[in-house]
Parts: sequence; C-alpha cells; structure tokens
Amino acid sequence: MNLLSLVFVNLFRNPLRTLLTMASIAVALFLFCALGGVLDTLGDAVKFGSESRLATRNAISLVFPMPLSYRDKIAAVPGIRRIAVQNWFGGRDPVNPHEFFAQFAVDPENFFPMYRNELKIVAGSPPQAEVALPADLDPKLAAFMAEQTGCVVNDELLRRMKWTLGQTIHLDGTIYPGSWPFTIRAVFHSATPSFGGNTMLFHFKYLEQNGMGGHGFAGVYKLELENPDHAADIARQVDALFENSSAATHTETERAFAAGFVSMYGNIPFVLRLIGLAVVFAILLVAANTMVMAVRERTSEVGVLKTLGFADGTVFTIVLLEAAVITLGGGILGSVGAKLLIDRSHFNAGGALPPMTVHWSSVRAGIVVAAVIGAASGLIPAWQSARLRIVDALRRVD
Amino acid sequence: MASVQITNVRKVYKRDTQEIPVLDGISLEIAKGDFVALMGPSGSGKTTLLNLIGGIDQPTSGDIVVNGEAIAKLSGRPLAAWRARNIGFIFQLYNLIPVLTALQNVELPLLLVRMSGKERKQRAQTALELVGLADRLGHFPRQLSGGQEQRVAIARAIVSDPTVLLADEPTGDLDRKSGEEILALLERLNREFSKTIVMVTHDPHAAERAQRALHLDKGVLSN
Repeated sequence: MNLLSLVFVNLFRNPLRTLLTMASIAVALFLFCALGGVLDTLGDAVKFGSESRLATRNAISLVFPMPLSYRDKIAAVPGIRRIAVQNWFGGRDPVNPHEFFAQFAVDPENFFPMYRNELKIVAGSPPQAEVALPADLDPKLAAFMAEQTGCVVNDELLRRMKWTLGQTIHLDGTIYPGSWPFTIRAVFHSATPSFGGNTMLFHFKYLEQNGMGGHGFAGVYKLELENPDHAADIARQVDALFENSSAATHTETERAFAAGFVSMYGNIPFVLRLIGLAVVFAILLVAANTMVMAVRERTSEVGVLKTLGFADGTVFTIVLLEAAVITLGGGILGSVGAKLLIDRSHFNAGGALPPMTVHWSSVRAGIVVAAVIGAASGLIPAWQSARLRIVDALRRVD
Repeated sequence: MASVQITNVRKVYKRDTQEIPVLDGISLEIAKGDFVALMGPSGSGKTTLLNLIGGIDQPTSGDIVVNGEAIAKLSGRPLAAWRARNIGFIFQLYNLIPVLTALQNVELPLLLVRMSGKERKQRAQTALELVGLADRLGHFPRQLSGGQEQRVAIARAIVSDPTVLLADEPTGDLDRKSGEEILALLERLNREFSKTIVMVTHDPHAAERAQRALHLDKGVLSN
C-alpha cells in the first residue's frame, strides 16, 4: 500500500457516489467539448476558401440570385483567369428524407479545374461513347460530362447513403419543384475536410433548363485570379460593373465569403461559450458538494491519520488527489468521448458546414477545465482537513 | 532518564468569553519503561493530559518533554514527524480505517517512513503476529471482534517501534475476557519490549495491571 492506493481506497468506499459524480462530470465535459466542437467546426468553415479566388454574390443577400448574363461581363475583367457558376439546389432524398447533404449545380468545365487541388476524382463510370474533354478535366469525368443528368458525389456521401457508382437517384426539389433524377457518374474525395464533404455536384445546364425555364440565374460566381495580389482591385472592378443595376453584386475573397456565411449564425458562438461556462460552474458545485460530504463523513479518520503522524500537508494532498482523480477521470472520459463520438458522426448540418469535429485543442481545454474543477472542488475540503485540530476531529463521532 | 517530564502544565479551554480550566499546574515524571494508569472521574482531565503527552494538543502554559524533546515548542510538520517516531496511540473505539484490511491499517504509520513496500508489509505482518492476529491479515475491521480490532490498533501503535504508548480507555468498549487479553498484551509490551505506557482508565481492575496509578481530580494530580 502507498499514499496513492490510500486515495483510491477512499474513493471507492462509496463506489456508487464516486461513479455517479464521475459520470456527471463526464457528461458535463462531453457537453463542454461538444459545444467546443461546434465552435471548432464553425472555425473550420471560416478557414475554407482560398485567398486567390473571389466569390461574387448578390449585394443584398446570398439568397437572391444574379442574372447569368453577368458571367461573361465578369469574365472580361482583366486578371480573372476563370469564372465558374455555383448554385444551391436544396433537394431532398425521398428515400432518406432526414439525411441532409449539400447539392450544387456547377458548370463543370470551369468548376472542376478551379478546384483541382481540393477535389480529387477517385472513380468514374466508363463513358458510353468517345467524349472530347478539355485538357484540364480529369478523364474519369468523361461519362459525367456526356450526360446532363449525371452527378458527382463525395466518397463519404456515397458510403453514408449506400449508393453505388452508376446508380440513378431521385431528389425532391425544395426550391426547384419536381422529382429530379440524377445518375452517379463519378466520385470525388475532398482533399480538405472543410470543403466538399457530403456534397453532390451536377450540371448547371440541367438546373437551368429544367428548373429555371431557360432563364438562367446564378447564386454565386467563383472567380479564379491570375494574381491574388490584385484581389481587392478586381473585386472593386467587378462590383462597379453592376453598381446601378437591379442586382448589384458584392465580391470578396472566398475566405471572407465563407466567414460571412458563418457569421449568419450570429451570436451562436457567444451563446455556446456561455452555456459551456454555465455547465462547468454547475458541475463545479456538484463536485465540491460531493467532496465536502465525502471528507466530512470521515472527520474522525482525518484525526486518526494526523495522530499517526500524517502532516497537515499530506492530508491536504490526499483529499486534493481524491478530487483530482474523480474530476480528471470524468473529464478525460467525457472529453475524449466527445472527440471520438462526434468525429465519427460526420454530422455536417446538411452540408452547410464541414463535417463536425472536436479539435484536440478543445479536448485539452476540457481536460484542463476538469483539472480546474478538481482543484476548486477539492480545495475547500482539503483546506478544512488540513486545518482540522486532532482533538476536534477525534471528538467527532459519525 | 525520564521518558515523560511534565512541569507545571496548565490547560484552559475557552468557550466564548468563558475560560474552563482543565489541567491546573500538573507536574509529573514518568520513567522509561514505566506503566502508568491514569485514573479519575469524567471531566477530570485524563484524556487532555494524554493528548498533551502525545503532542496532539498544546498546553496553555508549562513544559512537556518527551524522549528529550520539548514538544510544547513544536508545531506543524516537525510535531507530526516527532509523533510518528515516538508515540503509539491506542483509542477506546479502536479508530481503525474501515475500508482498509488489518494489514493495511497496520501499514498506515509506515507510509510516512522511507522503506520499500515489501519491508513495510513484512513489518506490519510481524506486528500483527505479535498481537496474535497472523491469521487475520486480510480481514476488514467489520469482520473482526472488538477484541481483535483493539489488537489491530495495538499492532498499528507499535509497528513503527515508538518508545511511548498512550492508551485511552483501551478496554472501555470490550467485554471482560477481551479486556483481560488487551491488558495482558500491554503488560507484555511493557515487560518484554520496555515500552513506556500511559493508560487512561476508569476501571480499577485494569489499573491494577499498571506499575503505578495516578489520580486526577478537577485538573489536579493526587496520589
């Protein structure tokens, strides 16, 4: 036996209480880290995007589209290498209506070359016939390019929905009514987790002809620049083109665009932090109450230990270690549990965010919080035990 | 040389503004290897005197020297370390730790001494063998009789080989037979191992086993 085993023996003199306290701390720290994970995910979403690409949207709001005729005018601005259309579709799989994922209509000739570093085509259906592809398009996209109802899906999404390459799926349009058939002609892998996970891409022409009645509108234009140093100047020039039109534009770097998208969540990060702090404070009170009760029950034993020669500091350390074991045990369980469970959930708010994750920094923060709870909850009973006079402790009959 | 030397010790408890004198100018010398019974009515100050000798309480005034150390001047960690080296306590209600086995209870004082776990265990076993509980090492206090619990408490008191044993009503909670066994054990420790023993008791029969008896009444010693 040693001092540490004495700590563990004390902890398990009332195993149910210890386990329940540990469990309550684990649940609280799970929640704390899960909230941290939401903040991490929002942070990741902000990091998405390149400084060398611009995004042009309607100046009023992202929900208002811009005429498709803007495309050629914007493309003519000097310094723009490539322009791509990206339009939110908002479909729902009637087979799995609760499984949300993002669908974008894009013009593949420009979109895929623009995102060649982010989206890696990993599989494609063999083409029915010989197709002449632009040089900067992956040959695995040949079948997709030849078929207007073809689509390209992310590999995670393919696995999650249990789809297969070549399968035809139907989506119910929520913005563009009707049942829309799509045939999966290629699969891509997102090289960066903050972009493209659980996403489906399809031909903009398909949407334009069948959902917009041939009158094209675009939700967002993505602009690839020849020189990122000129981003601000080009953005000004683009917006100046449509300054007095019925659909004025707002152009910004893709990263700023993503940050603006996340800012639509308003004060959620602040509220989440507040909730996290409230949870921590509540659990601190629970842990402190448990420790005070646990130590009070054995006041006379503290007197015996001191009589045997245990110094005040040693008694202080024993009680503090008991609190630390309970809170750190629960804290590690809850924090690491949150990391493992949430990372594996692949939840992405219907494609609006990157897959939800809890960063290790949030796990570490959770463990530090647990250590602080341990110190704070153990400090008072430890201090009381250390200061307790032997004669007073021995006089106490429990 | 005296094992315990007490000179003009006073102890006054304060309750609000009221002062309650418990010991009033006690002077006493206990020789090394002596076995002293401390008797007196309830509230006479017996336990207080025992606590002062053991360094778990401080006198209001006066000097207490135990094994050559003026303990009234010690406090905190040095006093705790001195107590661990020099004093073995035996309580009326045994005061064993209920979640520790007999062996672990006896090992407790040795946690404060630098020694290997194996040696610690060996010494605790030896102490339990000495009190006749070699076959109860793994038993918890709730699995032992009162007499056996008190013998574990005695083993715990002697395991670090202190020279002074302080027993506060060691037979007060035991039946006659178990009480006799405990007294015989204390006698043996005094006779064979030269332990200085100060025993507080109400029982004249128990006091007869000591070499001498001291009587306290209203905080004053009377022979």
